[in-house]
Amino acid sequence: MLKPQVMEQLKKIVGAENFATGAQELICYGYDATQMEFLPDCVVHPADANEVSQILKLANVEKFPVFPRGAGSGFTGGALPKGGGVVLVTTRMNKILRIDTDNLVAEVEPGVVTEQFQIEVEKLGLFYPPDPASLKFSTLGGNVAECAGGPRAVKYGVTKDFVMGLEVVVPTGEIIRTGGETVKGVVGYDLTKLLCGSEGTLGIITKIIFKLLPYPAAKKTMLTVFDSIDGAAQAVSTIIKGKIIPTTLEFMDHATLTCVDRRFNLGLPAEGRAVLLIEVDGDPDLIEKQAGAIHDLIQPLGLVQFRVAKNAAESEELWRVRRLVSPSLRDVNPDKFNEDIVVPRSKVPDVIRKIEVIQQRYDIPIVNFGHAGDGNIHVNIMIDKSQAGQEEKAHQAIKEVFQAALDLGGTMSGEHGVGLAKQPYIPLELSAEQIGVMQGIKRALDPNNILNPGKMFPA
Amino acid sequence: MTKKNSPLERVEKELKKCVKCGACRANCPAFSAFQREPAVARGKVALAQHIMKGDITLDDGSYAAMSKCLLCGSCVEKCPNVVPTDEIVVAAREALAQQRGLTTFHQAVGRVVANRSLMNLGALAARILGPLFFRKVPATSGLRLRFPLPFLGGTRHIPQLAKKPFLKRHPEEIPGKPGQPRVAFFVGCMSNFVYTEIGEATLALLQHMGCTVVIPKLQNCCGLPAMSGGDINTVRELAEKNLAVLEACRADYVVTSCATCGGALHRLYPLVVGKRNPELAERLKALADKCIDTAVLLQKLGFNPEETGGGENLKVTYHDPCHLRTAGITKEPRRLLTATPGVQLVEMEGADKCCGLGGTFNVYHYDSSMKINAGKTAAIQATGADAVATGCPGCMMQLSDGLKQAGDKTKVIHTVQLLASKIRR
Repeated sequence: MLKPQVMEQLKKIVGAENFATGAQELICYGYDATQMEFLPDCVVHPADANEVSQILKLANVEKFPVFPRGAGSGFTGGALPKGGGVVLVTTRMNKILRIDTDNLVAEVEPGVVTEQFQIEVEKLGLFYPPDPASLKFSTLGGNVAECAGGPRAVKYGVTKDFVMGLEVVVPTGEIIRTGGETVKGVVGYDLTKLLCGSEGTLGIITKIIFKLLPYPAAKKTMLTVFDSIDGAAQAVSTIIKGKIIPTTLEFMDHATLTCVDRRFNLGLPAEGRAVLLIEVDGDPDLIEKQAGAIHDLIQPLGLVQFRVAKNAAESEELWRVRRLVSPSLRDVNPDKFNEDIVVPRSKVPDVIRKIEVIQQRYDIPIVNFGHAGDGNIHVNIMIDKSQAGQEEKAHQAIKEVFQAALDLGGTMSGEHGVGLAKQPYIPLELSAEQIGVMQGIKRALDPNNILNPGKMFPA
Repeated sequence: MTKKNSPLERVEKELKKCVKCGACRANCPAFSAFQREPAVARGKVALAQHIMKGDITLDDGSYAAMSKCLLCGSCVEKCPNVVPTDEIVVAAREALAQQRGLTTFHQAVGRVVANRSLMNLGALAARILGPLFFRKVPATSGLRLRFPLPFLGGTRHIPQLAKKPFLKRHPEEIPGKPGQPRVAFFVGCMSNFVYTEIGEATLALLQHMGCTVVIPKLQNCCGLPAMSGGDINTVRELAEKNLAVLEACRADYVVTSCATCGGALHRLYPLVVGKRNPELAERLKALADKCIDTAVLLQKLGFNPEETGGGENLKVTYHDPCHLRTAGITKEPRRLLTATPGVQLVEMEGADKCCGLGGTFNVYHYDSSMKINAGKTAAIQATGADAVATGCPGCMMQLSDGLKQAGDKTKVIHTVQLLASKIRR
């Protein structure tokens, strides 16, 4: 519990309007999309790096924890104030500072909502590709801190591939710049990359410089249906092997399709067991050729339907299938564990087969969909927590799913991060030595362990 | 612990559906104005959950959070799990009103708005001094909640009350052509006391189609503004009265030109009034099935604006009232406008976004209400339209206020007014 005089000091730094201790405020800044909940002692909404710096300096003197938070839409509890302390909300810092069309870079504050930024750069014919499912409400600061991905990562990469530089308040309160806005730059350590995906444990991001691309001239969307999961999974690696890199390559298994179809009646062919939603973008002539080549490549793999959108409206209609997945899943069971394993692209068929075996062994529904084009599969373990033993079973199944991904040369999490949710499983993937190096970095930057403590590494 | 039989128990199952994903942050107009989590849908759901658990009480903080909702339904439309936050907020407001009593309830409002401008305090004064000003308006009318006192209005623009209410101008039954439907007209307070021209236009259009129009004099306020304050007993009373009056009309349709009234008849009555009584529920369902928006009815009856013609040329943009949009009525008014000779329909950006009125929200959170409205005003101006048409007199009042304060001369009209102007003469 924070001392009253410390609370007063915090209030002074951010102003009374931006400081809250009411029960309602504490509840509303104690949750995220994990559905876990912890109450902070107070909530602050600083206006700029200077205020953030003052708060962190005070935290080091008074030894209280600070938990940075964007929109609070994370899936692993990265922003949750476990153990109490101060929640520091970055959403007041929400300005797009500049979009530089000469150098194709932009500088933003961390509280800008991802889609708002995309809309603004697209007005200038530019493109910021990272597209996490939460892009309509998640913030860019959160995207960088968690290194958000999205369907377009197949071709364009993830958030960190677009971050050129940062302004960061380090845990001890100093304000530093990392990276810059030049394509090249090798002076000093690459702190920018270190901070991307650091889950708010190494610093609070107060400005971001992003790389931008020209907006693609055209795109083409294809919905392809296969008579087996294996066929669809093989199609993924066949397309990549065929030297075509689509913008997106979204996978949905039979269980997913059944859920969606039950609710929305999509009229997919009865013999369909898996769907790939494929999109290519670029020069109109080129994507025409690519679409044809994709068709020829996947034709022998049990393709039962190949629909190409003729216009934007039809494309939206095809994407609707994918967007309806999430709302439909809860028809299977009320509770879900949403994991986001990644395997090398060629191993997608193998990991799908392994998950099928795990599903049968534990006799709980596992629904798979996701960004198969980059090997990232969303594995949804659907349970009913009110039934005794189900949660325990789910945790065992999750552990085996992670192990399956690791055995194939993959990783436990492609996009969601570790936070609190995946903490217990960290030793499956990282050795004691790796964890040691990482914790050494944390100690060096945050000697008093005040910034987002208790996250990522098991205590 | 929360009292047994708390209205929140009604939504206990719905509360569990929210997974706190945050999607509502993208769609909630109240959140866009306040930028704080207790103002957004998932925040209110979380608070309702904790009220149910007994962790927090129905205190000023809970009141303040629950008051920051326009009941526009935007969050429900876009929610991946379709959590009915509007229902949850209504239940929470009812619980607040029950526990705190309506008077203390409004005193709490006073505390909440204590730091706001004098203008907002005027809203409270309206309840005390109301009888003087609203001599002609029944005590149960939503107008009393909607209108702060005009002489305390500051920069706010408020339309004048009509000299003679619509209901006093016409007989109870106006015969139409044989074979045409018998239509009961639910006028609504705004069209009765303020924008009587909407009532006249609706009537003219129904007569044009040969309908027999029944205008029951004993119809009451729909009760929706009382609902937004959690005064559920008033809503129940009004619902039962209106039900009896409208049933007695033996009409094929119950038509309304007020999106809010339509929302009450369609969704609110069955939801909060009918649940406790199966017989009443069935009758309310039958009423809801008959209830129809004027623009939709006109299309159904084959009204063809192309056959009308005449009148001035107008560039028009259309604003979707929340209570029409959430009922799925977006195409019908646009089709009618597009087909009207001399009318050029231009879409504004964010036509489907709430205007910021939200019943009493505008009264208790005027600054935020106008902050939401500012985007609307800008979008209307950007179209360069001569007029903005919409299907709700409440929205009209709010749109006019915003435009006039911006010194803009764009006309605000109801879709039916525009259509009627083409058929007359």
